[in-house]
Amino acid sequence: MRTNIWLTRGLRTAAWLSASILLFILLFLIQESSPLIGEIGLGPFFQADGWYPQEGAFQLTPMLLGSLFVAGGAVLLATPLGIIAALFGQFYAPPALARLYRGLMELLAGVPSVVFGFWGLVVLVPWINRLAPPGASLLAGALVLALMILPLVALTADAALAAVPQQYLRGAAAMGLSRWGTIQRITLPVAMPGILSGVVLQTGRALGETMAVLMVCGNVVQIPSSWFEPVRTLTANIALEMSYAVDQHRTALFISGLLLLLLTITLVAVASHFRRMQHE
Amino acid sequence: MKAFMNVLKRKQPMNSELTTAFQIETGSSTEAFAKKEQSLEDKSRQKPLSAPGLTLKKVNVRYGDTNAIEGACLDIPSGSITALVGPSGCGKSSLLASISRMTDLTPQCQVSGEIFLGKDNILAKGTDLNRLRRRVGMVFQSPNPFPMSIEENIRFPLRDHGMRDESVIRKTIKNVLGDVGLWDEVKDRLGQSALALSGGQQQRLCIARCLALDPEVLLFDEPCSALDPLSSAKVETLIKGLKSRYTVLLVTHNLAQARRIADHVAVCWVQAGCGCIIESGDTRSIFERPVHPITQAFCQGLQG
Repeated sequence: MRTNIWLTRGLRTAAWLSASILLFILLFLIQESSPLIGEIGLGPFFQADGWYPQEGAFQLTPMLLGSLFVAGGAVLLATPLGIIAALFGQFYAPPALARLYRGLMELLAGVPSVVFGFWGLVVLVPWINRLAPPGASLLAGALVLALMILPLVALTADAALAAVPQQYLRGAAAMGLSRWGTIQRITLPVAMPGILSGVVLQTGRALGETMAVLMVCGNVVQIPSSWFEPVRTLTANIALEMSYAVDQHRTALFISGLLLLLLTITLVAVASHFRRMQHE
Repeated sequence: MKAFMNVLKRKQPMNSELTTAFQIETGSSTEAFAKKEQSLEDKSRQKPLSAPGLTLKKVNVRYGDTNAIEGACLDIPSGSITALVGPSGCGKSSLLASISRMTDLTPQCQVSGEIFLGKDNILAKGTDLNRLRRRVGMVFQSPNPFPMSIEENIRFPLRDHGMRDESVIRKTIKNVLGDVGLWDEVKDRLGQSALALSGGQQQRLCIARCLALDPEVLLFDEPCSALDPLSSAKVETLIKGLKSRYTVLLVTHNLAQARRIADHVAVCWVQAGCGCIIESGDTRSIFERPVHPITQAFCQGLQG
């Protein structure tokens, strides 16, 4: 009985600690960002002439758009592929192949992001360069990120499809309904909240990814006018400049970090909303 | 009998419309559909409309190394209700599932022997399962309407089986919902989710959904055991009313129910570790003059 009380206390403390870490990170970012926001307000970050940190111009819009485009492109590519892969594994592949396939997806999900970046840098970028120079571009970033999030989109979609109540599927099978008809009208609609929740979480991951994106995107601060132009994402910007940034410049980087964190928190909230939908 | 005549009256014009509707259509499943409607129409001219009976010959159902049921032989005559009764785990539901080849969905489940639906051995290789399951409708223990609207629960299976004519679909929806006594209850909210219906209504919708595909055999797997007594009575009456048009096989735990609605009864039992049919015959003789000692004890409520 006594051990039980201590166990409960220990677990509760551990749980609170890990939950409060997020709060501390948020507070830390706000604290680090507030001096500059207090001084010049939020407006200049979206209205300044450009990103010239030495001259005090901190225009974040191109990098915010860069992050959104790279992540959005990756999600647009990875979502249909992931859903198709999951449908194949769940409904069309022979069981042995499906198991192998799932195993491969799990392995792919475990590949370090820098490896993807490396592959992108030496294979993908030269390849795109031949199509449309310079090669290091929004497209390269979106492709590398798509590869990175694809396995987890596929695995979460797979889990969501597997969670569709058997009674619906048995009912459909007992009526001799076609496999594709059943998938289209029953399985996909029922699993959709779960699939979307996976997609949204992976969007968050794509937004936050730094290393691979930094290696293949070219890192020019500009609003891209095509998929083949280089971009710089918020994350890459922080990684590139944090080592030498001082004063206002450093604070501006913290502000971009805060912006990213808020974006991700919003996405997680959206994902948990989708998950609740599936449970209802 | 009156209800039966009404059904026929309603069926005939509907069928002729169906055939014309389908002549316009192309595609193999549609052709099969059209052919079937044609033959149905022919059948309904030579009254009484009769579905083929079922004959089970030495049917074994195995799950891996375990025998669920062995050597089951049974004649299930058309136009009547046959009840499969027996204690839990005696393989009745497995036997029922093998008739629509739902056993194929269970990995490691193997069915051997012969099951004849009319002249076709449905266990034969190359049986078109989707076609078979159209001919053999199945209703499960817990109601399982699809997560869509009431009318979509009927429209979706019809369309999936190649029916495209919306006016025929509408008519079918109305007819089958009428057949299960649900039309008056739901006609004003056909667009609402089927999951919002009560359990009994859901079960009747599931029956209607089966009827829409115009099956020949209806399999019921303890259709009332998840329902309250009132809904249960409604479903029971409904099944009783269906027997003139279909071959009905009913698995039930409820002996009183079997006695009330079945014309024939088969008793399943576990012997030497696997299920088998120990006695079958018409309901009265099984309940009043059982031959097998276990049947005697079981039917008098002494065992099982």
